[in-house]
Amino acid sequence: MSGRVLVGVKRVIDYAVKIRVKPDNSSVVTDGVKHSMNPFCEIAVEEAVKLKEKKLIKEVVAVSCGPQQAQETIRTALAMGADRGIHVEVTGKDYETLGPLQVSKIMAALAKKEDAQLVILGKQAIDDDCNQTGQMTAALLDWPQGTFASEVSFDGDKIKVVREIDGGLETIKIKTPAVVTADLRLNTPRYATLPNIMKAKKKKIANVKPADLGVDLTSRLEVVRVDEPPQRQAGVKVETVDDLVGKLKEAGTV
Amino acid sequence: MKITMLGLTPSRQLLSHWRCLQQCRSFRTENTARSAALDSVLSAFRSICGEDGISLGEAVREQHGKDESVHRCCPPDVVVFPHCVEEVSALAKVCHNHHLPIIPFGTGTGLEGGVGALKGGVCFSLRNMDQVLDLHQEDFDVTVEPGVTRKALNAYLRETGLWFPVDPGADASLCGMAATSASGTNAVRYGTMRENVLNLEVVLADGTIIHTAGKGRRPRKTSAGYNLTNLFVGSEGTLGIITKSTLRLYGIPEAMVSAVCSFPSVQAAVDSTVQVLQAGVPIARIEFLDEVMIDACNRFSSLSYPVTPTLFLEFHGSERSVEEQVNLTEDITQSNGGSDFQWARDAETRNSLWKARHDAWYAALALRPGCKAYSTDVCVPLSRLPQIIVETKEDLMENRLTGPIAGHVGDGNFHCLMVVDPSDPEEQHRVHLFTERLARRALAMDGTCTGEHGVGLGKRALLCEEVGHTAINVMQGLKDALDPKNLMNPGKVLQPREP
Repeated sequence: MSGRVLVGVKRVIDYAVKIRVKPDNSSVVTDGVKHSMNPFCEIAVEEAVKLKEKKLIKEVVAVSCGPQQAQETIRTALAMGADRGIHVEVTGKDYETLGPLQVSKIMAALAKKEDAQLVILGKQAIDDDCNQTGQMTAALLDWPQGTFASEVSFDGDKIKVVREIDGGLETIKIKTPAVVTADLRLNTPRYATLPNIMKAKKKKIANVKPADLGVDLTSRLEVVRVDEPPQRQAGVKVETVDDLVGKLKEAGTV
Repeated sequence: MKITMLGLTPSRQLLSHWRCLQQCRSFRTENTARSAALDSVLSAFRSICGEDGISLGEAVREQHGKDESVHRCCPPDVVVFPHCVEEVSALAKVCHNHHLPIIPFGTGTGLEGGVGALKGGVCFSLRNMDQVLDLHQEDFDVTVEPGVTRKALNAYLRETGLWFPVDPGADASLCGMAATSASGTNAVRYGTMRENVLNLEVVLADGTIIHTAGKGRRPRKTSAGYNLTNLFVGSEGTLGIITKSTLRLYGIPEAMVSAVCSFPSVQAAVDSTVQVLQAGVPIARIEFLDEVMIDACNRFSSLSYPVTPTLFLEFHGSERSVEEQVNLTEDITQSNGGSDFQWARDAETRNSLWKARHDAWYAALALRPGCKAYSTDVCVPLSRLPQIIVETKEDLMENRLTGPIAGHVGDGNFHCLMVVDPSDPEEQHRVHLFTERLARRALAMDGTCTGEHGVGLGKRALLCEEVGHTAINVMQGLKDALDPKNLMNPGKVLQPREP
């Protein structure tokens, strides 16, 4: 096995930012807004770096799809311990409509090209909450998938994944090569240290275009409208139970 | 807890209690003149910060009248929530014109009763001003508004490789930390707020906005004029409202290693501390827990550390330098009778090593469920540390008090976590006397009555003893110059003058 792990990292609006919808309801405001690596992608990178530190794999390659700024996100992954990066350049309208289907096609193509043993992704991005890219990538590659991973370990030529599911935890064993998506409890990502950020500047980031990978970026989705959640209304105090029942009837809930 | 209760009979204590309650019951039982003044300014406040920028709700006022100390809640008459420094200034002008006390409020996590509105007035809750401004990575500085807490800042900085290392227990407002000259476990290597605030934007009692080092300036050092920045650091809201702090950042070190070591005696542990520092080890954290504290932590967190004075250590640096530091320190601890030296490099094991120290407060509380905890905060020169800790422990035992000790011994600072039954006035009285003796013991050893928590309400008399009459007069002079009407957080730090 190549011992190479591909990690996808997405640049999203920082989790601490208050999101604003554009006045024309077409999308959210991104200009001048702080962006950072998707938190689940941080967990994915951390897991990959940990595997390398345990000498279970040999190389961690960080991948991001987007405009020039996506390179910053790759640099963060490099500072956390990834060995090299691949920046898949997607700009303009293509970037606006970039979604899990296109990204999974790109990841699948890269996984083959780089002869990856394992692809680790965050379970979902905090901007679209799609939770689809990992699953689609595995399907395109016809690889097994261990999603919502809260624990990953190697067991011979297989990978043992403990998954977070509604009923509790499910443990599966999957053959490699495989796709794993990281859930919250998988690990606590390290903060990039300053010396490592300096060292990361010397690591290589290759530039690739989707067309080079034979990927068609056409989207089958159209965003019609984006709205903020409705403002929370003030509650109403009532004096008696009869009043309460009356109000509930008025609202049609009883 | 309250005004000094030295030598009072139970009935006099009750009277004193009642007087304090009276003081705190602001506008209902207090003079109607002030209440009328307040009504006439409410509309002025509303026009400045909007309808939802002001609150008269009892729950909101109570929330803004207390912190995490044992001092009683003293709610203000109204809480305002400005959004920017211009609003703060306009609000202050209104308060100034109407003689209304101004109490700045960050996160309410102080430990000395600094936010109690003793004379009622207006609490300026600064939580809406929560932006991180002007990060300069290459210059290692950042400017923050008062609503930014230290953890929020470090999360914001996580991709830059920089951090702000001052870490008091609470996730406090950074501007609030500047106001109280806070410190934390990292001070032995990175310093306290005094060393790490480069510039402040402050609104004075009359609404004037000043920049203590000049607007936007952030040189790493300066010798320009009077050090106004450090005048406001530690002023606890009595000289002005801090609306921006420019802070010094540090690089996150390449490697961090934590270690634990047990000692046969307090003396051995503290001697090791002194020797480690003298050996030039740039130790990042050196925390002491006495055997009572370790025992409490063992029970609370199901650990099994030997029940004996213990040091928790942390080393920062490059991989090689950290290894060297650990080896040198291990030699020193061994030569002082230290044993069970454990150390860890990876984050998870480090965190579990430190868990005992982090849970100390709760572990102390768990010793006597239903009780409250009060933390003492003296700080002495390192060479006097063994003596003061030993004498303090004897005092605790003689007076049958529960006071596990945890401390930043690298700075000569330690805390007795006094666990007290809130329904037992006799015990409270014994604790109060104990804390006064402890403070005076520290003062007698060339130390201070408050290493990091501030003076607030409870240590005003001790401050006089500590700095002396003439220095207090100078402080009062500065206060009079900046706040002649005594509107800024009245009753804190400096005692009210003889009428």
